[in-house]
Amino acid sequence: MHEFIEKNIGLMGLLIFIVIAMGGLVEITPLLFQTQTTQPAEGVRPYPALQFAGRDIYVREGCYNCHSQMVRPFRAETERYGHYSVAGEFVYDRPFQWGSKRTGPDLARVGGRYTDDWHYAHLMNPRDVVPESNMPAYPWLAERTIDGEAVAARMRAQRDYLGVPYTDEELERAAAEVDGKTEMEALIAYLQGLGVAFQNKR
Amino acid sequence: MSTFWSVFITVLVIAHLIGYALLLHGTSKMPAGSKIGETTGHVYDGDLEEYNNPLPRWWLWKFYLLIIFGFIYLALYPGLGSFKGLLGWSQYDQYAQDVAAAEERYGPLYEKLASIPIPELAKDPEAMQTGRRLFANNCAVCHGADARGAVGFPDLTDGVWLYGGTPEAIKTSILNGRHGVMPAWGATLGEEGVEQVAAYVYSLSGRSAPEHLTRPGAQKFATICAACHGIDGKGNQALGAPDLTAGVFMYGGSLEAIKTTIRDGRQGIMPAHRDILGEARAHIVAAYVYSLSAKEGDNHETGGGIVQ
Repeated sequence: MHEFIEKNIGLMGLLIFIVIAMGGLVEITPLLFQTQTTQPAEGVRPYPALQFAGRDIYVREGCYNCHSQMVRPFRAETERYGHYSVAGEFVYDRPFQWGSKRTGPDLARVGGRYTDDWHYAHLMNPRDVVPESNMPAYPWLAERTIDGEAVAARMRAQRDYLGVPYTDEELERAAAEVDGKTEMEALIAYLQGLGVAFQNKR
Repeated sequence: MSTFWSVFITVLVIAHLIGYALLLHGTSKMPAGSKIGETTGHVYDGDLEEYNNPLPRWWLWKFYLLIIFGFIYLALYPGLGSFKGLLGWSQYDQYAQDVAAAEERYGPLYEKLASIPIPELAKDPEAMQTGRRLFANNCAVCHGADARGAVGFPDLTDGVWLYGGTPEAIKTSILNGRHGVMPAWGATLGEEGVEQVAAYVYSLSGRSAPEHLTRPGAQKFATICAACHGIDGKGNQALGAPDLTAGVFMYGGSLEAIKTTIRDGRQGIMPAHRDILGEARAHIVAAYVYSLSAKEGDNHETGGGIVQ
C-alpha cells in the first residue's frame, strides 16, 4: 500500500491534507461553536463610534507589533495588568489585537489606568513622560481628522456581514459623533475603553 | 462543551494516534523481495544514490515511545474533550494556587508593614526599598522614576502639595484618586482679561510684571480666582487648588503656560489605585512618597516640608 500511495501523487497529497487538517479540526472547529468563545463576556459591548475609529487607527499604526492585548493567566501578569483576559472579551474584535510581542507593555487593561492628558502627552512624545521609553512619537494623530461617513460605513459592514449587534440608532448617530474629531481623540478613547468591563477584578 | 464536540475531539485524537502507530508499523517492514543495502535505482547529480532501507530502529522506537507518551498524557491531563484527566489538573486551579501561594508568602509581609504608621515606615530603609519598587511599577509612568513629575504631573519631591502632604492625605490621594478642575475662563475674561490675570499670577511668585496689567489683574483675581485659590493666592488643599505663590507650576510657570491654563482650564486627574494596589501596598507607597519630601523635625499633622 505504501508503494501505491507513494506512486500516486494526487492520492498522497489528499492524504497529507487530511493528516494536517486533523489538528485544526480538533483544536479550532469546536471553538467556533462554544458559547464561551462566541458570546460576549459580561459587560462587554460593541465599540462606540469614537472607540471604533480609534481601533482602526491602532491597527493602521501597527501598535500590535509592540503591544499585546492579552493578559495571560499567570500571577506575575495579573499582578501587573489586572484580571487575566477571557475569550468573551474579544467577540467584537475583528480582527483581535492579541499580538505576540511585548516591546511595550500589554494594553488589554490599560483603560482608565492613565488619564487622557497622559495619553496625549505620551503619544505626542513618549519621552516627555517616560524618559527611558523607546516608543515612537505619533504627533500627526493630533492633526489628522476622522471622516465620519467612512467610520459609519465600516460599523455598518461589521453589523451586516459579521453580526456585531449595533442598533440602527447607533449607526445613524455614528457619523456625526466622530466627524471632525482628531485621530488622537479617537485613539485615546479606544485605549481608555480597553478591558474596562473586567477592570480591577483581581 | 457539548457531548457531540467532546466525542468529536476524543474520537479524532485517538484515531489519529492509532493511525500513526499503524502507519509506522506498515513502513517499518521491508517490502517483499527486497534486501537491506539495496538502492532505489535513482541516481542524482551523476553519483548520488539512495538506499531503500526501512526506518532506523532507534528512530522508529522513539516514535512509538512518543505515541505511548501521548496516550499517558491524555489520560493524566485534560485533552480529550470534556474529560478532565486523572490528575484533575486545570489551568484555573493552577493559577488560583499560584496566587494563593504568593498571598501566603507576601501577604503577612505587606500586612506587617501596613500596620506601621507612615512617618515611622518612611524611615525604614528596607520598607522603602519595597516602596520604591512599587512606585516604579505603578507610579513612575506619570510621576517619573525620580518622582519629579512632568508637565501636567506633579513633582512629589518638592514639598509642595495640591491635596496636602500629610500621610493621610497622600494615602487618600493614592487610594481614591483625585480630580482637580480648573475651569476655562477664556470666555468670561476675554483675551485682555486673561492677559491681566496671567500677569498678576505671574507676579504672585515673586516675579515682576507690568503694573498696568497686574493692577486690573488683581481685581479680576479677587472676584473670580480667589474663590478657590484664596484672596492671597495661597490655594486650598481641600479643593486641590494650587498655591500660586510657591513658584511651582505643574503646567509650566511661563507667562504663556499660565495664560493657557487660565484661558482653557485644566483637568488634573489622579486615577484611583485602591483596586490596583490594595490597601496594604497603597500604605507602603504612601510612606515612600511621604519619605521623598519629609525632613527631620517635620510636623506629621501638617505634612512633610510644606512650603507655607
